This record gives sequence, structure tokens and C-alpha cells, in this order.
Amino acid sequence: MKYDVMIIGAGVVGCAAARELSRYSLKIGVLEKEEDVCCGTSKANSGIVHAGFDAESGTLKAELNVEGNRILGELSRELDFPFYRNGSLVLCFREEDRPKLTELLRRGQTNGVKELRIIEKEELQKLEPMVSDEAVAALYAPDGGIVCPFGMTIALAENACQNGADFFFDKAVTNIEHTGRETGMGRYRIRAGEDVFEADYVVNAAGVYADVFHNMVSETKIHITPRRGSYCLLDKSRPSLVSHTVFQLPGAYGKGVLVTPTVHGNLMVGPTALDVEEKEGTNTTREELKELTQKAKKSIPGLPMNQVITSFAGLRAHEDGGEFIIGEVLDAKGFIDCAGIESPGLTSAPAIGKKVARLIAGQLHLTERKDFVPERKGILNPAMLKETDRSRLIQERPAYGTIVCRCEMITEGEIIDAINRPLGAKSLDGVKRRTRAGMGRCQSGFCSPRVMEILSRERKVPMEEITKSGGDSGVITGRNKDRL
Amino acid sequence: METYDIVVIGGGPAGLAAALSAKRKGVSRIIILERDRELGGILNQCIHNGFGLHTFQEELTGPEYAARFAAEVKREGIAFLLDTMVTDISPDKIVTAMNSREGLFHISAKAVILAMGCRERPRGALNIPGYRPAGIYSAGTAQRLVNIEGYMPGREVVILGSGDIGLIMARRMTLEGAKVKVVAELMPYSGGLKRNIVQCLEDYKIPLKLSHTVVDIQGKERVRGVTLAKVDQDRNPIPGTEETYSCDTLLLSCGLVPENELSRGIGVFMNPVTSGPVVNGRFQTSVAGVFACGNVLHVHDLVDFVSQEAAGAGESAAEYVLCGCSFKKEGADFQVKAQGGVRYTVPSSICSDGVRQQQTIRFRVGDVYKNHFIAVYLNGKRLIHKKRQIMAPGEMEELNFDMNWLSPYPDGGEIIVTLEEA
Repeated sequence: MKYDVMIIGAGVVGCAAARELSRYSLKIGVLEKEEDVCCGTSKANSGIVHAGFDAESGTLKAELNVEGNRILGELSRELDFPFYRNGSLVLCFREEDRPKLTELLRRGQTNGVKELRIIEKEELQKLEPMVSDEAVAALYAPDGGIVCPFGMTIALAENACQNGADFFFDKAVTNIEHTGRETGMGRYRIRAGEDVFEADYVVNAAGVYADVFHNMVSETKIHITPRRGSYCLLDKSRPSLVSHTVFQLPGAYGKGVLVTPTVHGNLMVGPTALDVEEKEGTNTTREELKELTQKAKKSIPGLPMNQVITSFAGLRAHEDGGEFIIGEVLDAKGFIDCAGIESPGLTSAPAIGKKVARLIAGQLHLTERKDFVPERKGILNPAMLKETDRSRLIQERPAYGTIVCRCEMITEGEIIDAINRPLGAKSLDGVKRRTRAGMGRCQSGFCSPRVMEILSRERKVPMEEITKSGGDSGVITGRNKDRL
Repeated sequence: METYDIVVIGGGPAGLAAALSAKRKGVSRIIILERDRELGGILNQCIHNGFGLHTFQEELTGPEYAARFAAEVKREGIAFLLDTMVTDISPDKIVTAMNSREGLFHISAKAVILAMGCRERPRGALNIPGYRPAGIYSAGTAQRLVNIEGYMPGREVVILGSGDIGLIMARRMTLEGAKVKVVAELMPYSGGLKRNIVQCLEDYKIPLKLSHTVVDIQGKERVRGVTLAKVDQDRNPIPGTEETYSCDTLLLSCGLVPENELSRGIGVFMNPVTSGPVVNGRFQTSVAGVFACGNVLHVHDLVDFVSQEAAGAGESAAEYVLCGCSFKKEGADFQVKAQGGVRYTVPSSICSDGVRQQQTIRFRVGDVYKNHFIAVYLNGKRLIHKKRQIMAPGEMEELNFDMNWLSPYPDGGEIIVTLEEA
């Protein structure tokens, strides 16, 4: 199969690139090794929209962070995914660390972050009453925000799909050959097991694997270290104990962890930072979880860690240079890297997508299609409807009256929508990331048999074939007594 | 908006027994709202026997036990709605619920009985490190898959936690053709009933490893192995004691948590020890006219005691409704306090009303106690001193308190339930 652009990786960067490229008359493909979009780094991160004071001025990280932050508001409205500017705070615990706080302030101002200021203890306590008494001051960034990383990635993917991009799942790229090297052209042959694809452009958005693909076509090698971050997710509480994203100023105790509300009203703490060699090493360890609790309590001493409902780990793609690598590879025409996308990668992703699209469209002298559809409608959340509208909906579509996930109050109607929409859910985790069914305090104990039934019915596959997350992650292994 | 005298939230054993007793006390308009497809709650998946020895003096399976109550509810003409989820209860007892037939609707209630049951503690709440593959189930989820749907969740099983559901599932999985390799328990004693240890593990030669926990889960897509380690007195794993079991399934039976999200929404006071509402001797919560019973109040071992307790809650709710939403003859209040090895008591307070002769006080102990006395003091005076050969956290204790003892104290006071050495 021949494509104008083949994107490797359906994480947030790959999907943002696909969506922005689909503004142009291009044949776009996306190859993903997992069974769904948003299965790697994009699914296990802080879900933070950084204001942009962290990255060193003049870097791509700084530029794309600030731009990403700026465009996310409109993007979230266009693509109907949850994003809030809850504001972020960087806590300073020692008077002697104040210069570091001032440095962050200046850096943020240079980077173009708006309304950034240092607040004193009294105002801090008022803004965030649960914050530690030991915090003497904080950097306050009202533009900091939180986003649902699944919601955002899925929205970008669905919109790209709507605009004609082809997504291929369970297609792990095994080899890339620069067939146009001799002629100085952008021509690539991409193998994914048995399948062979041809493309003029390759967008390398492969997360922790981006070095592998880059190094297949370039003599200038790059190296990515998976940097593991573990997180704990806490149950919802009314009202939320913490309303801002609370960072810690790096200090004697190390880099610190953040405590933040999620867009759905949970609290999350994390991440730890541990360099690992294994590109699939998303296991948690006892030590990391312990470290997490200790550090989080430094910011919020009253954090109810007995309310933890799940813990998980994600891998940031840390390139040795510590900077985003975005652009055409010098010795491989048409091969566009999006490598080393660690924090603030989620925030920057929309801007990265635009940068990649501008680069390709510029080289090909393309103008935007008139029939590009910028809007995408998310899965209808009946809980957001007025009561009369909700009743009418149930009358018309009774599945919206049946609650399947009792913790998150998710209806059968939402789950059916998640399965049957473009790039729909195929597994329990796919349903979970799209609807939150199974993401609540019982962690799918009650709803998983029901969700399996619905998946089996809607997708017309037997129960035995329903997986947690594709591949060999089957949920059941057979019928009772079948081996007796 | 429809109005009912009593709205019962949950049609499991507690809700059914509460509704029945309220009806028999003379309340006519009662409705049970049940979120599942049938009445009976979790009993429907408990197909083993051992239910009803106290209530019916015979041994029934869970579904049989539930069916008897459900049949009575139908015979009494008590209304019920299935597949119906209650989404909110306001402090003035407007119940908001929804289902696919009626849509979203409201019911105004004079009294509400909370009987929502409990849920299992998930893996995340246990902070078990490792990967997050398929093949990790709470024991109750596995029980539903096997007993209701007829599916095997796995072939080679390790179980963490020796709660009753875990023990029952060790036997069930074995009978259905799986190999249960080991049951690990973090505590130095089992959290389940002695009879279940004997009948579900020992009879099948399944080893029980006390003071052990899971320190790692292997397998990226499906569980491939589980590593156990011995723990020290502070429940920290002891390095060097790790043992890896190859398996495709890890079942978790590590405690149950009352499902009180609705209760918190009403604003009832909660007991941090039980995670259930604080109730008085009438099973009334801190909000007048709101009652609680069964596993939503505190987790039980035996359904017979759930039924007994729920019948008490139903009677009280009936009395409340029939007295014009109040209680007659309110006497003095006595706080009931748990001390010295007693973790909590239900109720947390009692009050003489001149009607009831006896008050049952239920409690759990925090450790294994051999040859200890249960002692009850009323305003400093010891009234009960009862020797027990063995008490364990996994077995709920109960004692009967004679209400006549309260009469010398018109100003109320304090009742202390404690353990004393022999």
C-alpha cells in the first residue's frame, strides 16, 4: 500500500500529526503496534497542561509548550475533550530556595507564560488550604491546566480518521528502508511483519521506540532511555481536596512529585523518575510507590493515601540530549522525527502536530482542503444533560437508562457508542479509556462481566475472544469444567 | 413525583429482609430499588451451601436463601424495580433513580433504608507492585464469571487474601478444573471463617501461607507468574523469602468495603473503622428517617445475621413512619464505645424506649484473642463478663444487652465494650 505520509505510532503526537496533516489532500496512514490508540506513554502520564516555565528558554520544549498551552483551549472545544485551566503552583519549602523560584518566574516570563507570579504563604494557603504549612511561597501559573490524555488522543485520532486518515492496529513496524536514498528522494518501504507499506514521508512518533526507527535510516544515531514514572490515583472526593496542580521546587530531596486533581475529579500523585532499559518496563515497584507517598505528603500532608484505587507506571521517552527532536532527519529526506517527546510532550503535542504538518505541506506547496472537518463530537455523557433531556434520551434510546459501571455511573448507551464509533473500542481497556467504565473505585470488579457481554454482542465475537487490552490479554480462558 | 413510605436502596439480603419486616409492621407503601437484574444481590452468585442455618435451621445455597426472601416480598406485594440505579438521595429524602424503562425519576420517601452492600478492595488499593496484565480478578468477579456466566477466568491460580470469598473460590476453581496453587494471607491469621479454611482449603490440600504477600506480578499481557514473600511484624516483605509461582490468574480476596457513596451524599456521619454509617440501636443514621443495615453498615460473615439486623432496621423504619416520622418515648442516650481490642460496635449508641427488651450489640476484635473475656460496662459498672475460648477478626461477635439495665440512669451515659484477660 502506498501512502503520502506514514505515521509510526498512534500516541498523542502521532494522532496530532495525523489530524493536522489531514487538513491537506494527502493520503495518510498511521501504524500502531498495539490494538488501540493511546496505549504507550500517552496513556500513563500526569495529564498536565504545563504553563511553560519549566523548559529552558530558547528550546523547542519551551516554544512548543507555550504554543501548545495556548491552542489547547480552542482544540478542546473543537474536538470535545475535557481540558481545564485549574492553575498550577510550584511550592518552595525553604527560604534559601527562593532564588530558584525567582529563576523559574523569569524563565517563564521569557518563555511567554502569562500572569505568572510568586505568591506568599498566606495567599497560597487561601488558594490551596490543604497545602503543607512548610511551604513558604509558591510560583502561581493560572494558565496551567489539566487534560484527559485518553480523551485528547482519541479525539485527535477520531478527527483524523473522520478526515480520511487510515489507522492500522496490531502493526508493529519491523523495518524501514529508505528506498529513495540513492536518488535523494523521500521514498520509504515500511515493513510491519507480513505487511509492506510505501510512503514518501515517514513521521516517526514512536515514543520510546523512536530511536530504533530513526537509527534505521540515519547515520546520526540518537538514543532514548525509557524513564519510568509511577503514579497513584485516588478516589474522587466531594469537594476535591486539592484544586490546583501542585508541583515541588526541586530541592535537596530530589525532583519532587506533583499532586493534581484530574479532569474527572480524582486526585493523582506522581511521577517518580527511574531510568530503565526495558522499553516495555511499565511495572510498578514497591520502592517507587513508597517514594511517591512520602514525596506527595510533603506537599499535601493530609493526602488520604488509603483512598488509592490504582497505581500504574508510564515511560517517558528521554533522549540523551534532553530536547525534543522534531524535524526532517538531515541524511534521510522525508523522514520526520518526533523523538524524545517527554514532558511537556502532552501539552506540546498539538503544536508538534502543527509543526510537522507545516513542514510537509510547505515542502509540497499544499493549501488546506476546503472539506476538512475540524469538529469532532465526543461520546455523549448523559450526566451532563439537563434532567428533561436525559429522560428524553432514555425514552428514545433505552440503553442510556442502564447504568453498567456503578462507580463512574456509565450507561450502556455510552459503552455502545464507544464500541461503534470510528476507531471504536475493541477491549475492556479500550472501553475504559473512552468512557471511564471500570476506572472507578471498584476498578471494574462489578462491570467487567457486563462490559464483556456488550463487547461480545456489539462486535459479534465470542466471549472467549474478549481481551483486556488486545494481544494475549484474554479475560477468560474457557468454559467451566471444559478440561475435566 | 411518586411518594412512598419507605424506599429501600438495594434488593440483596439486607434490603429484602428490611422491606419484609417493615411491611409486616403495617407499612403499606414500600418500594425496593435494585441495580442488578434480579433480587437477591450477591447471594445469587454464592452457589455453595451453608446459608440459612440460623434463619431456617437448614442448609441452603445462596440463591435458595435469596429466593425464599424474594418470594415473601412478592407474596407481600412489596413493589420493586430491577436494573434501577439510584444516583442520589437528598437530605430531605428525595431519591433520584434511573432505568431504561422509566428513565430518570424521583421518589419522595418518608424513610429510606440503605442496603447497598459492599464492594471488594481492588488491586490498586492494595498497592501490589508489578505489571497490570489480564488475569487479575477480585474473587467476587471471578465468582460471578464462573457461577453466573459459566466461564473460567483462568487455569492456574494464586489467591491473595484468605477472606471467605477467596476461600470459597479456591474450592470452586478446583471443582471447575483449575489448579489452585496457593493462598497467601498478609496477616498471621486468616480473615475467613474456620469452617471455610477446613472445607475449602484443607479438604483440597491447598496450602495457606500466613504472613505472606504478593511482591511482584509478571506478565505484560496475561499474568505469567506471581511472586510471594514472607512479611515481618510490620507487614514488610522479608528479602530473600521470595518464591515465584507460575500461574495465569491472581485472585484477590483482601477485604470488603461498604458502598456508601450515596450515604455520604445524604450527609450521614460515617464510622471510619467500618466505613459504614454511624447508627443508633434503631439502625437510624445521623439523618432522621434514614436507616442502614447489612454490609453497607458493616461487613458481615453470615447472611443470617444480615437478615436479622435488616429486620431490625425495617421494624424501626416502620415505627418511624407509623409515628408520623418520629419515634415515641425517646429515652436517654447511651454512647456505646469500643475499647481494648474491640475495633468497633454496631450500634454506636442506644436509647431506652420502654418497648424493646433486648439490644443486640455486634462487634469485631482486632487480633486473635484466646481465653479472653468480653466485658461490658454501663457507666462504670460491669454488667457482662463472658469468657470466649477464641476470638478472631474474621468472625463477628455479638452480645445481648438487657434494656432494663438502663432504667437507673435517666440522664443516659456510656456503655463500654472491651476485652479482658482471663
